[in-house]
Amino acid sequence: MKKSKMVLLSSVLASGMLLAACGDGNNEGNTTEVNNNGGGENNAAGNEEEPAENNAGGNEEEPAEDNEGGENEAGNEGNNGGGEASGDGEGFSSKMVTDVGGVDDRSFNESAWAGLTQFGEDYPAADVDYIQSGSAADYLPNLQQLAREGVDITFAIGFLMADDIREVAQQNPDQSFAIVDEVVTDDDGNPIDNLASLTFAEHEGSFLVGAIAAMHTETNEVGFIGGVESELIKKFESGFKAGVEFVDPEIEIATQYAQDFNDAATGQNIADTMYSNGADIIYHAAGGTGNGLFTEAIDRNESGETVWAIGVDQDQALTEGDWSDGNVILTSMVKRVDQAVYTVSEETMNGNFPGGENLVFSLEDDGVGIAETQDNVSQEALDAVAEYEQMIIDGEIEVPQTDEEYESFDATAE
Amino acid sequence: MDVLYQILVTIVPAALIAAAPLMLTAMGGLFSERSGVVNIGLEGLMVMGAFGGIVGTLMFESFGFGAASPWFGILFAVVIGAIFSLIHAVVSISFRGDQIVSGVALNFLALGLTVFLTREIFDRGQTDTISERLFRTPIPILSDIPIIGPMLFDRVYATTYVAILIVVIVWFVVFKTPFGLRLRSVGEHPMAADTMGIKVLRTRYIGVMMSGALGGAGGAVYAITIAGNFAGGTIVGQGFMALAALIFGKWTPFGAMGAAIFFGLAMALSTSAQQLPGLSAIPQIWFLILPYVLTIFALAGFVGKAEPPKALNQPYTKGSR
Repeated sequence: MKKSKMVLLSSVLASGMLLAACGDGNNEGNTTEVNNNGGGENNAAGNEEEPAENNAGGNEEEPAEDNEGGENEAGNEGNNGGGEASGDGEGFSSKMVTDVGGVDDRSFNESAWAGLTQFGEDYPAADVDYIQSGSAADYLPNLQQLAREGVDITFAIGFLMADDIREVAQQNPDQSFAIVDEVVTDDDGNPIDNLASLTFAEHEGSFLVGAIAAMHTETNEVGFIGGVESELIKKFESGFKAGVEFVDPEIEIATQYAQDFNDAATGQNIADTMYSNGADIIYHAAGGTGNGLFTEAIDRNESGETVWAIGVDQDQALTEGDWSDGNVILTSMVKRVDQAVYTVSEETMNGNFPGGENLVFSLEDDGVGIAETQDNVSQEALDAVAEYEQMIIDGEIEVPQTDEEYESFDATAE
Repeated sequence: MDVLYQILVTIVPAALIAAAPLMLTAMGGLFSERSGVVNIGLEGLMVMGAFGGIVGTLMFESFGFGAASPWFGILFAVVIGAIFSLIHAVVSISFRGDQIVSGVALNFLALGLTVFLTREIFDRGQTDTISERLFRTPIPILSDIPIIGPMLFDRVYATTYVAILIVVIVWFVVFKTPFGLRLRSVGEHPMAADTMGIKVLRTRYIGVMMSGALGGAGGAVYAITIAGNFAGGTIVGQGFMALAALIFGKWTPFGAMGAAIFFGLAMALSTSAQQLPGLSAIPQIWFLILPYVLTIFALAGFVGKAEPPKALNQPYTKGSR
């Protein structure tokens, strides 16, 4: 009796899990395929009949099912050609797969989608859309879905998709792909011809906010909170530390990683400790963990102290940091993912897809920079930032990206 | 000595802050489990509470409640949590479904429902950030006590004291009142309780709804004091930690409170230690694993056998034997 109950129970559990997983998948498909009704029909009906809206660029053969055939190539070229000729994006499609945050994550996914939306407005005949990933397991199927639809350029948003986009790009050599925040190569380290990597010079932007922090600190101590320790976040840290040091090598810098991008409690804890130990400005590159930093900064300001936080990725002062007498966010290091996605979409439409390249969006192309909200920053600091910005663009300051480079930066500064 | 003192002044308040949501939720679990209903769904109840707390606070802010909004937000979360826990009650008590399955369903449902509602209401993946918050307030007189004043009464949220107060109340209710005796008897031997004229099903309903109310409060306290807004990732695992604290504390209020503070202390130590003088030379990895290692040692070494209520996870059918 008991045993059979257990079997029943576990099978119910298992099937529940399965159903839940399936349900998820269906949802994903239903909710996101707004523009792609044609795609579904396509797959079912075969390759002869092509709904006009999807690929009006005059390609008879739709690369719906067989992505390896030669006809596919012809189809794609047709697409690109169509875009070029009309100038309003006719027949061109640019779509993206979001990370789990979705297009309203107030971070890079939202920014990327803003870029694509802008592209869609400027070229009204172009087809832009996104698919949201519910979990890491969705990356691959989502990317494959866009590849099957014959999308001209597919963006993978976030370095977590590196392996999946590599696989999909190699399986569909005739379509164009791009990944944000990571340089992806094939297994031997060679560039993949149909895959562009879009990265940002976060260290340069972080240098600028570091300089601002150094000019505003009154305790001569500042802090940095990282999400998960990784090459990417190290760029933020190294740039920030270099910026502080460049202004005043005497300033102490506390750094700590929460080892989590979504743990506000740990973030608050770290910020609490740093502020208690004397830091008065803390920069975070830690996603949701950074919310804890803002909580702590607000709390301390409310109780009469003066401490500041520095935001990341977007102009965070617009959405976070308000307290009864202002905003605790000194400035933010913004990363223009929208700009990058827009530029690459446009170039691809014009037939200049930067395949196999690693495009770095730096200060020079306004790919990174300080936020537009500058109410809390002194004019003196803003002037200095403008000057440093020019020095970085001119190559007079070589901003470090890694611990090793920071060490040697250390030496040259002294 | 000075170094040790500075460490304690940093860590103890952080531990008390982190422990408050766990304590409240564990008290909720205690009501449910003492009445004989397993509540794996504490995590889901916390998620609902966090959502309700933030939405409630935003709502009361817009009604012009000002600085009282977070408190009303917590009350709102209590109501939401209690209502949501009714699902678990109906399934596992009235329909005699499996309590574990129902609890797991609660966890899934809460996350999906709140994220869906957040999208419907706010049109994005997370809610707005609340502008009326709770702040750390030094308690007059007590915070001036040398040594323990700055540690215990200076930089802690009022919610922590409320949580401790609730633990005391729960202890009184469960162990010193007729209702508490009935609750425990229903969890130990429902048939005997039934023959004594105690309404088993009704008592269990109350137990589960109390767990919803207190779990909701726990989630709301976490969201309001620490996160400031609600998103799908606001509550990750705290409900399970509360459940662990309850078991660690052998299903007693003060035991669970001690366990919650212990977890809080371990977490605070692991994050703060790297910044502290004298401890900064130790590699970070040791601090990261510290809470888990301490928990294993505590469970294996000091706790002894934990005895759950006898009728836990057994649906009660009137007249069966």
